[in-house]
Amino acid sequence: MEVASPLPAAALVPAAAAVALIVLSRRRPPLREAWSVLAAAAQTALVAAMIPAVSAGARPTWEGPALVPGVPVLLRADALGILFAALASGLWLVTTVYSIGYVRALAEPRQTRYFACFALCLFATVGLALAGNLLTFFGFFEILTVAAYPLVVHKGTEEAARAGRIYLLYTLTGGTALLGAVAWTAALAGTLDFRPGGILPAGAAPAALWGLFILFVVGCGVKAAVVPLHTWLPLAMIAPTPVSALLHAVAVVKAGVFGVVRVVGFVFGPGLLGDMGAAGLLAGLALATILLASLVALAQDNLKRLLAFSTISQLSYVILGVALGTETGFAGGVLHIASHALLKITLFFCAGAIYVTAHVERISDMGGIGRRMPLTMGAFAAAAFMLAGLPPGAGFTSKWRLLEGAAQGGAWLAVLVLLASVVLNVAYFTPVIVRAFAGPAAPGRAEAPASLLVPLLLTAAGGLALGLVPDGVLPALSLAQAIARSVSGP
Amino acid sequence: MGAHLPILPTLLALAGALLVPIAALAGRRAAEGVAVVAAGAAGLAALAGVAEVAGGGVRRYAVAGWPAPWGIELVLDPLSAFTSAAIACVAAVALAGAGPAARAAFGGAAPRFYALALVVLTGLLGITVSGDLFNVFVFLEISSIAGYALVASGAAPALAAGFRYLVLGTVGASFYLLGVGLLYALTGTLNMGDLAARLPAVSASPLFAGGVGFIVVGLAIKIALFPLHGWLPDAYTHAPPPVAALLPAVATKAPAYALARTLLYVIRPDELPVATALAWAGAGAVVAGGLFALRQTDARRLLAYSSVSQMGYIVLGVGLANGAALTGAYLHVLNHAVMKASLFLALGALLLDARGPSLSALSLASRRPLIGGCMVVAALSMVGVPPAAGFFSKWYLLQGAIEAGQPVLVAAILLGSLLAAVYMYRLTEAVWFGPEDARAAGGRAEAAPAVLAALLVLAVATLGVGLGNAVIVDRLLAPAATATATAR
Repeated sequence: MEVASPLPAAALVPAAAAVALIVLSRRRPPLREAWSVLAAAAQTALVAAMIPAVSAGARPTWEGPALVPGVPVLLRADALGILFAALASGLWLVTTVYSIGYVRALAEPRQTRYFACFALCLFATVGLALAGNLLTFFGFFEILTVAAYPLVVHKGTEEAARAGRIYLLYTLTGGTALLGAVAWTAALAGTLDFRPGGILPAGAAPAALWGLFILFVVGCGVKAAVVPLHTWLPLAMIAPTPVSALLHAVAVVKAGVFGVVRVVGFVFGPGLLGDMGAAGLLAGLALATILLASLVALAQDNLKRLLAFSTISQLSYVILGVALGTETGFAGGVLHIASHALLKITLFFCAGAIYVTAHVERISDMGGIGRRMPLTMGAFAAAAFMLAGLPPGAGFTSKWRLLEGAAQGGAWLAVLVLLASVVLNVAYFTPVIVRAFAGPAAPGRAEAPASLLVPLLLTAAGGLALGLVPDGVLPALSLAQAIARSVSGP
Repeated sequence: MGAHLPILPTLLALAGALLVPIAALAGRRAAEGVAVVAAGAAGLAALAGVAEVAGGGVRRYAVAGWPAPWGIELVLDPLSAFTSAAIACVAAVALAGAGPAARAAFGGAAPRFYALALVVLTGLLGITVSGDLFNVFVFLEISSIAGYALVASGAAPALAAGFRYLVLGTVGASFYLLGVGLLYALTGTLNMGDLAARLPAVSASPLFAGGVGFIVVGLAIKIALFPLHGWLPDAYTHAPPPVAALLPAVATKAPAYALARTLLYVIRPDELPVATALAWAGAGAVVAGGLFALRQTDARRLLAYSSVSQMGYIVLGVGLANGAALTGAYLHVLNHAVMKASLFLALGALLLDARGPSLSALSLASRRPLIGGCMVVAALSMVGVPPAAGFFSKWYLLQGAIEAGQPVLVAAILLGSLLAAVYMYRLTEAVWFGPEDARAAGGRAEAAPAVLAALLVLAVATLGVGLGNAVIVDRLLAPAATATATAR
């Protein structure tokens, strides 16, 4: 049930205000950083304030001025939107603390631009999470593309500039495809409103539906780094580590996957997608991505690149989940957004902490690092195994439901790949951990500063908590199940 | 006063053009002030005209009290009010911001620039309110001849570019006049309303087809529709920076308006394939202009070819001629004017102390974040990133192309966006991330206040028009678009 509420719009204000305040206080770093923390905290509080109502079945909705005649700026906190917004704002708060420690320790240049773009990214992410129609979604999606660019090229080297060019080329091409899809949807469905179970008429010409499907998959798939549209992501690892962390966990990359979930659940509807046979294609793409990215990850020596390929692989679990066509699978896929967010941000935080403390990026240089930084590497090992799907972590909760959903749908190939992928996950993470703890030890202990260490321990604990009590801090499981129920229909 | 609103903007611009030389006797500053005030007053008068007809009214005005068809009739309806307000307001802001560049380019002769610029504006505003085809020709020539002089007022290559512009522009004007003559021979009238009533009876005549053909080709040359765009790249590249801030923003818009007006209100080409042909030609221009822009290394020429591409969007929408497509085309007249004025103004400010106009020599924005930021806003609008205004005109055009069942045109619109993303990226990257230049490092931190103010106004307008486009569309463009779209 929709209830008019200013809260969805209010949730966007802190980040937008922070952009201006950060630029205005550019000559006073402590104030500038205080604005970031405050905005993240305010955003988290405003999003959290909506969770009880959403859990009770209400959908706080704010309708703004018309974007084009008949299509307003529509912000609606449904279960899917609030889950993603809560993850994004909560992890932004943690990342801000981590970022401050990180950029101070490395004395990064251009910190004003860095923090301002960070805030703008979060503005866009929460906006697209809460977007109630496709046009609003598209607007925030494109703002996110542009806002993340200065973060990707932050280093200012030729290599960073090249990564930025490729990033923009890929994401703007995706955006163009998405624009075509949105415009076509408006003509075909007569509405752009997200509705559980979809808005596209089942009677439409199959060719039109397939055309739309392909445009949507390319449009969201570039950001979601679905093979073969993933090339930009490993290159974008040139960005500072906190950027990679947040972009993988909740912002750019996750926004692409979130878009796929929205499109499958609220534009096509799982039923129509299954009837037209596109669900099978989507699942096939996801399975191929899971396997290929895991195999490539095996061969990586640069830790951040390994994590990038791990992300590519893990995100396709979400896509697989919504493509399976079963309610359990859909819930598992959505839940995996949360699992992957918490665990992957932990892994990136660890990589950043290692870089700040020991200035190494290559796995081959990390021998014995676990004995110098036992807490950091302990968290890394825990997050890695939880992400692989070993119980009792967050990865297990979501992957178990994916397996169950695949089995219910009779998708035995998916079951097989899911199981094989657990083995591959363990296989590409184990060498890192073994080398870190078994390698020749450098003398002395040297953990990262507390501003880096505390966030990564927090997120690791969050990952464990999500596995043990899936409805603990954030009612992730019940929200995911509510979403799956609503899109599957009666 | 209210009754004279149709003629007021044109008269104010003309009065300014006459007063500037007199004011110049009191000094350069006075001339500049008079010019900006005159253009600003024309803008305000045009906005008053918008308020007068918003929602769908029509005001007819008989010049000197002589009624049509004998006298000169001016017509203010939502379409003409919108177009003249767009042209007058953008021109006023561009003139206000062109001061430092005009002083640098012309020195003591700057008043001549202002006088000619106001003559151009007089002609353009006259086109938008003309109620008969011959007066469109007269005003077209007034604006064009002043435009040739403005382009040729630069250094040596500008003279050649201006001459080329003159030759091709005159060919275009002659074609147009020839076409109008043929229609006059057929019907015995030049008044748009009369013509619209009498043409259906003679539409079988080969003279009719010939007349329409000549008019369309003539206007297409003035619009610089690919492949008839030959005059534009040189003219906009070599025009002095203050001229470049004005002409590319507004000069091709009035002929585009004349094309829409003639085609949709006078000829109403039910039987002729001319509209469809224009849609496809527009799509060709979108893609070809974008491809040309990609290959440029001179920032000014890159922006010039971008104009070829963007004008293609407007012609595409006019050719499709359904409600959504026309809305997009009309809105793009305003959007493109705003972003092109912004880009050329910013570029002019950067060129004041850059090593040269090539992309590799621009590397100044890190010391001038405001100019660089305004360029980014204009670039995002060009690419079509919401909520910048440029997104919304493309959205309506897309809707129109989908409605017309033309997937190839849909693809062309999207491809044009993508090409714009690449060429605008090259420009913005050069400005923001180019190697720091020793000379630039010693230069001023930002531009003169007048330039900055104009750039900020244009950047705010880009976002404001984007976020408020639904109001403009509801009150002005949709009534204008649906009136002709359903009449067909």
